[in-house]
Amino acid sequence: MFSRDIWKEIFETIQKNKLRTFLSGFTVALGILIFVVLFGFGNGLINTFNQFFSNEATNVFMVFRGRTTMPYKGYKANRSIEFDNSDLEDIEKNFPLFLEYISPRITRQDTVSYQNESNSYATWAVGPAHQFSEMTIMMKGRYLNVSDINNKTKNAVIGRLVEEDLFGAKNSIGKYIDVGGSSFKVVGVFQDDGGDNEERNIFIPYTTRQLIEKNTDKIDAMVIGFKPSIGYAGAMAFEKSLDKFIREKKYINPQDRNGIFIRNVADQLKQNQQFARVLQIIVGFVAFGTIIAGIIGISNIMVFVVKERTKELGIRKALGATPKSVIGTILLESVFITTVSGFIGMLIGVGILSSMGERLEDFFITNPYIDMPMAVIATIILIIFGGIAGYVPAKRAANIKPIVALRDE
Amino acid sequence: MIEINNLHKSYKMGSNSLHVLKGLNFSIKEGELVAIMGSSGSGKSTLLNILGMLDEADSGEYTLDGVPIKNLNETKAAKYRNKFLGFIFQSFNLINYKSAMENVALPLYYQKVPRKQREEKAIKYLSQVGLKEWAHHLPNELSGGQKQRVAIARAMAAEPKVLLADEPTGALDSKTSYEVMDLIQNINDQGNTILVVTHEEDIAHMCKRIVHLKDGVIVEDKTVDQVRASQYV
Repeated sequence: MFSRDIWKEIFETIQKNKLRTFLSGFTVALGILIFVVLFGFGNGLINTFNQFFSNEATNVFMVFRGRTTMPYKGYKANRSIEFDNSDLEDIEKNFPLFLEYISPRITRQDTVSYQNESNSYATWAVGPAHQFSEMTIMMKGRYLNVSDINNKTKNAVIGRLVEEDLFGAKNSIGKYIDVGGSSFKVVGVFQDDGGDNEERNIFIPYTTRQLIEKNTDKIDAMVIGFKPSIGYAGAMAFEKSLDKFIREKKYINPQDRNGIFIRNVADQLKQNQQFARVLQIIVGFVAFGTIIAGIIGISNIMVFVVKERTKELGIRKALGATPKSVIGTILLESVFITTVSGFIGMLIGVGILSSMGERLEDFFITNPYIDMPMAVIATIILIIFGGIAGYVPAKRAANIKPIVALRDE
Repeated sequence: MIEINNLHKSYKMGSNSLHVLKGLNFSIKEGELVAIMGSSGSGKSTLLNILGMLDEADSGEYTLDGVPIKNLNETKAAKYRNKFLGFIFQSFNLINYKSAMENVALPLYYQKVPRKQREEKAIKYLSQVGLKEWAHHLPNELSGGQKQRVAIARAMAAEPKVLLADEPTGALDSKTSYEVMDLIQNINDQGNTILVVTHEEDIAHMCKRIVHLKDGVIVEDKTVDQVRASQYV
């Protein structure tokens, strides 16, 4: 079936029937090309979508304090809830099964200066675990560590743009900056995918902040990371019992909707994922449709090809071609053309996608791409179905009596 | 070489059955040049199709070179056709995108002869029909007579036991017809068995024996004095 002679015969036929070859090849190449480009654009949409939502860890609760609106257990309404360091310890102690890390967060706006440069930045007083929740990436130096917290050191980790603003091209590590009147030593510079705003932040140890603010132990908010292994249901259960625990400790009416707030990223994540999934389904549907259209296109061409060749096949049969060799020739020819043009179409499509890059970002398409295996599988599917589509008319042609085929004009 | 015995064939046309061949008996020996004559509807093409294994008889026996031809499936028929038979058609039936040489070499391709040998043989038979210079031309660059000569070379290339010619001169003017018949006579002179279906008297008389068919039976089977076509060329 794969002797050199058969291939030579096929190549000759292909060479000498250029229009037919071109037509069938073109259909297949176009089908795959459209598939690849559409699928890539779909992925680009999903990329854009993910960029909007994925710059923070997803296994995180934020616990914010508020004001009560209901009286409870002898406490009046309109009471301001406060968190302090003991809350961190209590939560850590009570939820060892769920908890991965916990960090406080005290946010202030400070004027920060170095030599002659100065600017106003958000300073976040946090613990070491905060790095995970914000997915902060260290460019140089280090993040805050446990010893910074314990020793209330005046170390600061600054954002990439803070360094750019204050230090220009110079290295900031080891230099001292003035943060709201206190001198801090820069120990690290970070970057963040969240964009420019996030890179204009400064992290300092929360214990240091508390010391500056008259040695208080109050904190603004808590960032709690749960173990990803507990899953979505676990996260929901954790949220519920955490809510209950804090309400009990702070004497907040269970019905009071204000008091405290827990922002559950997992919940948002689920919604986002659902939206992304819908996008994916739409993209998949379009891609599937393209492939189907491609298959129908090939089928039509195969019917046409076999019809056009009926007489030739009759002659070949009269000269001693067996039905098997007739089917084999037609199929090998069509599979060969589909394979070559399919992969050409695929490569052109992939080329178009990779040349797009960021250019379509205005249309919410970022870095359109298609996984190579996906593109190859789609091409192979088209080839296989092209083969099946060709087999039916080829089989029919092979079984036509040569005398009938010869009469065909 | 060919033996047929009580050959019947009918075609179903809706509810009617059309009895085309009504018990034919004859035999052809090696080296004969036989014309099958008859008006249209006499069954001569059906007979040729059965002899050519392009169609199958309802009943009766057909033996070709000692091989009984029966219960053929398409694959077997194709192999027998390739091995035993060479066809010459009224409309030449050359493959139009293949050169003269490639057309002649095609039956050898199905005999799985290596390419080199195929081409050598094709050239050899093309020079026998006087078309060596035209080997690389496509059929539509050839005249009708040349096309038929290519077709004859193709039929010869597989070195078949029997050549079957279905109205070989039907599409040609008389001068070209005689040229083709001259060629067929020369091939017959080399000892090849040839069957020619025709309805032209003069062509039939260039054969050695005429079998006359009428309404599905043989009405006449005679040997004739062969008229050499070369005298008209």
